[in-house]
Amino acid sequence: MKHSPVDVVVIGGGHAGAEAAHAAARMGARTVLVTLKREGIGVMSCNPAIGGLGKGHLVREIDAMDGVMGRVADKAGIQFRLLNRRKGPAVRGPRAQADRAIYRSAMLAETEAREGLEIVEGEVTDFLMDGLRVSGVLFADGSEIRAGAVVLTTGTFLRGVIHIGDVRRPGGRMGDKPSIKLAERIDSFNLPLGRLKTGTPPRLDGRTINWDILESQPGDEEPELFSFLSKQVEAKQISCGITYTNARTHEIIRENLSRSAMYGGHIEGVGPRYCPSIEDKVVRFADKDQHQIFLEPEGIDDPTVYPNGISTSLPEEVQEAYIRSIAGLENAKIVQPGYAIEYDYVDPRALNAQLSLRDVPGLYFAGQINGTTGYEEAAAQGLVAGLNAALAVQGREAVAFSRTDSYIGVMIDDLTTRGVAEPYRMFTSRAEFRLSLRADNADQRLTPLGLRLGCVGEERRVAFLDKIERLDTARSLLSSETYTPKQIGSVGIKVKEDGNRRTGLEILAFPDVAFESLIPLVPALSSIEPPIRRQVENDALYASYIERQKRDVSAMKRDEAQVIPHEFDFMIVDGLSNELKQKLTHARPETLAQAGRMEGMTPAALALLMARLRRNGQAKRA
Amino acid sequence: MDTIFALASAPGRAGVAVIRISGPAAFPAVHELTGAGMAGRGLSVRRLFDSSGDVLDDAVVLGFPGPGSFTGEDVVELQIHGSVAGVSAVLGRLAELPDLRLAEPGEFTRRALENNRMDLAQVEGLADLIDAETEAQRKQAQAVLGGALGAVADGWREKLIRAAALIEATIDFAEEEVPVDVTPEVSALLIAVQDELSHEIKGVRIAERIRSGFEVAIVGPPNAGKSTLLNTLAGRAAAITSEIAGTTRDVIEVRMDLAGLPVTLLDTAGLREAEDKVEAMGVALARERAAAADLRVFLMSEEEVPQDLRQNGDIAMRPKADLLMDASDAISGLTGQGVDVLVSRIEEILTHRSASAGLATRERHRWAMMTAQDGLIAAQGLLEQGPEMYDLAAEDLRHAIRALESLVGRVDVENLLDEIFSSFCLGK
Repeated sequence: MKHSPVDVVVIGGGHAGAEAAHAAARMGARTVLVTLKREGIGVMSCNPAIGGLGKGHLVREIDAMDGVMGRVADKAGIQFRLLNRRKGPAVRGPRAQADRAIYRSAMLAETEAREGLEIVEGEVTDFLMDGLRVSGVLFADGSEIRAGAVVLTTGTFLRGVIHIGDVRRPGGRMGDKPSIKLAERIDSFNLPLGRLKTGTPPRLDGRTINWDILESQPGDEEPELFSFLSKQVEAKQISCGITYTNARTHEIIRENLSRSAMYGGHIEGVGPRYCPSIEDKVVRFADKDQHQIFLEPEGIDDPTVYPNGISTSLPEEVQEAYIRSIAGLENAKIVQPGYAIEYDYVDPRALNAQLSLRDVPGLYFAGQINGTTGYEEAAAQGLVAGLNAALAVQGREAVAFSRTDSYIGVMIDDLTTRGVAEPYRMFTSRAEFRLSLRADNADQRLTPLGLRLGCVGEERRVAFLDKIERLDTARSLLSSETYTPKQIGSVGIKVKEDGNRRTGLEILAFPDVAFESLIPLVPALSSIEPPIRRQVENDALYASYIERQKRDVSAMKRDEAQVIPHEFDFMIVDGLSNELKQKLTHARPETLAQAGRMEGMTPAALALLMARLRRNGQAKRA
Repeated sequence: MDTIFALASAPGRAGVAVIRISGPAAFPAVHELTGAGMAGRGLSVRRLFDSSGDVLDDAVVLGFPGPGSFTGEDVVELQIHGSVAGVSAVLGRLAELPDLRLAEPGEFTRRALENNRMDLAQVEGLADLIDAETEAQRKQAQAVLGGALGAVADGWREKLIRAAALIEATIDFAEEEVPVDVTPEVSALLIAVQDELSHEIKGVRIAERIRSGFEVAIVGPPNAGKSTLLNTLAGRAAAITSEIAGTTRDVIEVRMDLAGLPVTLLDTAGLREAEDKVEAMGVALARERAAAADLRVFLMSEEEVPQDLRQNGDIAMRPKADLLMDASDAISGLTGQGVDVLVSRIEEILTHRSASAGLATRERHRWAMMTAQDGLIAAQGLLEQGPEMYDLAAEDLRHAIRALESLVGRVDVENLLDEIFSSFCLGK
């Protein structure tokens, strides 16, 4: 098979790969997505859920750039819940249980329908090299595709090893075969590698669970969807079940610890602390006499249940014994035993902020291979890599996401400047500008950027501009006039009798004032739709904090704008300590902002670095 | 862009002290302090008042509207009387103004660079300045954190990390088995830190006046005449002198005024292999104090100076000039020979050093602690309103921690996650 050259080749059809391929194609790049088999596109290999705290923010941001994950998750969602509903809007995260089969088929349909995107089934065994530059891919059958840029999103395929108790075998996900030759090529790049591990629980047959005696967790009555374009849920909605481990469960696990791959010393990789195995929980928190388990159905027509909270690498028969010690699971059948997987990841500090390898032009990495975990983290990286691969091929300037505008920017910066010590997962606490980076305003933060780049389609453009107009109307109604404390008090809002006149927005900033209570004061507000009302409320609630953060934001933006050229020599900067010079040389920060976040950096040293950069800039111009 | 200020002249007693203010609120600040506005570029003599209307000082006020100023922004210079307390009071008053804050080290220079107000030659010269600044900063931080404040700050760090981690756990792990209401424990932690902060804030002011001095250690072999030199410099018999080597065993301190800078002279035990246990302790103490001092005067020839004690800028003079044929580079406390050479060299070195350190740093610590105090109070108020306010409480707490970073070191999200993961069993 002879394939004509394309702009971008994406290897892998998981969450990173699908999003990367769609992003490149939306940018107008001729794109090929290579996958072992078509049915592998959009597979959820871990738990059947999308979103959550921090993660839901990422999905909204992907959607704001017209990405696919949000829309597909809305089609596949069978239980929607807005997490932290009782807390401030900045920390609320949309989440949904997804029907695996619907998710997969909807993602495949989106991918097949995307203009400029072609799916090619096959195994990539090597890159085509043009000197140091990657210029395409070679397939197992000897065919090849030349491309301007290649995005690799192959998850855990680098020396992946699966452990079930003391049985182990090479492999990526269950059932996938590892690509040895490609791994050897990557080794030849001499990239810094590390080893991580992650675990899964045994999957259960839902028809053998005694649901009647278990707690049930329904979805929200008013589902909060992911996409700014989705109007309503499409799939049938279900509830999840909740059960608990008990003293007997813990006893079985303790007795068999030495047979666990983890505790038997078969695993050297570092696991995520926020998602420990049940062995870990029992050992490290020995004083707890029970642990919660969420029983999450994997689909409407699929009896498989994912028991979230008990991932394990114990042998199969031990898994069966402890499962049956749990209330409601006395007769449960294991469909597939839990397993742990160990794999190599590439230290993401080898990548620049475009997720392109610093030393291998033309090659981008996205997803689990960069040391992250989670579908959302993977998809967000896919978006960044796909956009930038397309921009590079088109000879356009790269797109940079900032810590000040998005969780995507926070993640890319964390990965590429600090690396990872355990599988990296997004948390809202990682975002220092959390109050302004909300799930509810992701479109206002990023869609304008998407429109400038050209990755946003017509439907979203129209919807977005319409929403902005409606927001402007509401805001101008609320800021055009001021009211005395007496007027405000007359509509039942408590306010200090300080003689100060206040605008509607200022009144809305009081934490206990709802938009609706202002309608008697400004009758025209009654024409504003509820979603716009909520948005205006949220903005007003955080206004004073966001104002205070402006200084930090502008300082960071200024430092991000000061680019440090790739070839800049830190050793010749007079006045810096030798230790700092060496740290800088090793880390190669790309901007002054990244340099400033390094340990041991002082404001004075930053000023010096800037002076040197400026001097170089002037010398060049002269 | 916020407005920054700092003491631009050397700290310590002097005829005149210069405080520089740069940024959009520079001219409004003059209005605030003097009660009258200032019309652009020029000079005027004004009286400065504090917030309650009491007189702070009389000042020469110089206005430099941007972009024709040092930083390219609006700049005002206040030339006031150079008293330690007076300068501190004016800096304190400026810190109270809402749009003003104390400048970071190097920040005026940085703004000048950003606004293209520095040329290439000045950029060349910047390296030396920064070198001096970072070194002074490093020493300052070490001195502060090596002392009692270091232990207190470590305690704050631990408590604040714990408090922030508890709040973040309820936010980021809401779905899991973490407590819903963390108000009691967090409040207790915040109150404990607030109490210690207010204690330290009071302390800094007092410490500023008593302690803003340089330590100069006189070091040398036994019987070199160290105590005699100290007495001569101090103008009184502060140390016992005798012909017997090893007379001085403890460290004797004499505070004196040298060119307007407060200086503490340290007379130390003579360096030798002592056989007497008490003397040996004295020698060990001498070495320790000498190493920690800002400057060392070695009474020995340049070649004899012990390399482990020697630091940049130290002075070496041969002792007992009165007994030498060639008395160049030699000193005698007995006859006074070479004493003025020594005094002027000490003066020169200390004046140079004080240009980048001292009072401003102290004022910075006070400002940091006050900002943190405000943040903690706000956070606590929000916490009491329940979990729906936790995101705002977390932000105020973060603000407080950021302000304290110069004291407690950087608190990273990883510190919070470490605390969360070691306290709660997570992972559904």
